[in-house]
Amino acid sequence: MSSAAVAVRDLNKVFSRRKGLFQRRRRAALSRVSFEMERGECVAILGQNGSGKSTLVRLLSTLLLPDGGDAHIFGYDVFKEARKVRRLVNRVSVEASFFKKMSAAENLAYAARFYGMGPRETHVKIPIILERVGFPSARRGEAMENLSRGMQQKVALARALLTSPVLLLLDEPTTGLDPRSKQEVQTFIREIRERHDSTILLCTHDMKEAEELADRVGLLDRGELLFLEPVEDVLERYRVETLEEAFFAATGRTFEDEKSEEDEEREVFA
Amino acid sequence: MATVDTTFNRRKILRHELIGLYGVVERNLYLTKRYFLWDLAFLLWTIANTLTIVFISRGVDLTAAEQNELATKLLVGGVIWAFLGIIFEIVTETVAWERWEGTIEYTFMAPVSRPVHLIGMGVYAVLYGLVRAAAIFVAVVAFIGIHLPNANYSAAVALLAIASVSFIGVGMMTAVLPLISPEKGTQLGFVAQGLMLVVSGVYYPVQVLPGWMQWIAKISPATYALRGNRDQILNGAGLAWRDVWPLLVIGALSIPVGLVVFKAGERYAKKHGKLKRSG
Repeated sequence: MSSAAVAVRDLNKVFSRRKGLFQRRRRAALSRVSFEMERGECVAILGQNGSGKSTLVRLLSTLLLPDGGDAHIFGYDVFKEARKVRRLVNRVSVEASFFKKMSAAENLAYAARFYGMGPRETHVKIPIILERVGFPSARRGEAMENLSRGMQQKVALARALLTSPVLLLLDEPTTGLDPRSKQEVQTFIREIRERHDSTILLCTHDMKEAEELADRVGLLDRGELLFLEPVEDVLERYRVETLEEAFFAATGRTFEDEKSEEDEEREVFA
Repeated sequence: MATVDTTFNRRKILRHELIGLYGVVERNLYLTKRYFLWDLAFLLWTIANTLTIVFISRGVDLTAAEQNELATKLLVGGVIWAFLGIIFEIVTETVAWERWEGTIEYTFMAPVSRPVHLIGMGVYAVLYGLVRAAAIFVAVVAFIGIHLPNANYSAAVALLAIASVSFIGVGMMTAVLPLISPEKGTQLGFVAQGLMLVVSGVYYPVQVLPGWMQWIAKISPATYALRGNRDQILNGAGLAWRDVWPLLVIGALSIPVGLVVFKAGERYAKKHGKLKRSG
């Protein structure tokens, strides 16, 4: 067994949807994806919408079952020892996702209970963690639906950190945020890296963000992992100056190119 | 660098599970608090609905004592219909509400076992359902003026609590439906509720049903809850073994079957990518 924090081998995921009465349309969301992450490492996976990033995160979060391959987190089989893996992992996704009528403190308490934190513990820890992410203490009791997207995303980060995950999965955590909120979230991710013993998998389509935050950068394109290397190695390999140029060199398309019908379907299926 | 604790022991896991169960009940309390006025409006609707049934007793040509007896029988049917409806609704919300709020992925990737998660929903459903059933009962009795001099309320609540185990088990089976069909799954839960009550003699004796329906009534927990509750409210009967043992047997079977069905549905959802907010 590998000693890596995350070990993914030949991971496959195919989605199918009914097309007409008797036909099914199948699209590969992930095709034989393999990689490893060391403990404490931050790896960024770049890719367009529908490239398979969220599918990868959902597989590692035990929310999907694969069609082939395997994945281990700190030596535990993600699909056979899901409950053990769940204690080690938490995530922040593009949608903050909270009970909208409940307050930040109530939402955090609900999440914390599932990780074994009783009322006494959360009474102390929730104010501390909210303060750390820069959430105003006066708004702790306010319903989530009254908070801005940026503020909600800070609570999402607090939720993930509250449970002290050893693997943090960040699925486009800054997408849709205004520049200031985006910078605050990125600063906080840097802080997590410095202060915590967390391994971070960051899925994003923001190349600058990937370059700034990650030790290694991977490119997931149409379900295939084309490379996963330090940025300098990627630039050297393709003899280019930016990650955007590397994307073009690796795929023959620009990052903003119009998506094919298959890409659109893959995005919807995943 | 801090040491990562990746070890697991039974005692620690058991404590986590109990806190998780408390968390489910606590979250539902928060939501009830936030939606209090909506819940109150729904309660008023249920009371009005129960009144429409119980008023039937006032429109038939019977003596006052017979009218009182019929009104009580109809009231027990209406209250159990409402109680069962709340249990199914809350347990089905295990998936449906979380999907609507978008929290489903966070909850289903959390390290709490599915039985504890579902039982937590069931415990809250029973507590909330009992309070609500009592409110409906009191409101209708006061409004229509039903006389219940012999009613044994403690036995009635105890029987309802015993029946609730089976109701939760059946609720677990229907809770899986929104996982399979995010759009229509919840409504199918109401179908199960209706079917269970129609064969159980909700407003009439089971004996008036066709033979095959009477056979199905024997495996419906609502049959014994309705029969026992009517006897307790009308005649002051205690907990009758003839009602308790079938409920214990059905409860002992329905919870594990409910869990197996839910687990199979969850596996299907994970295989087909349905365990997400947009379905």
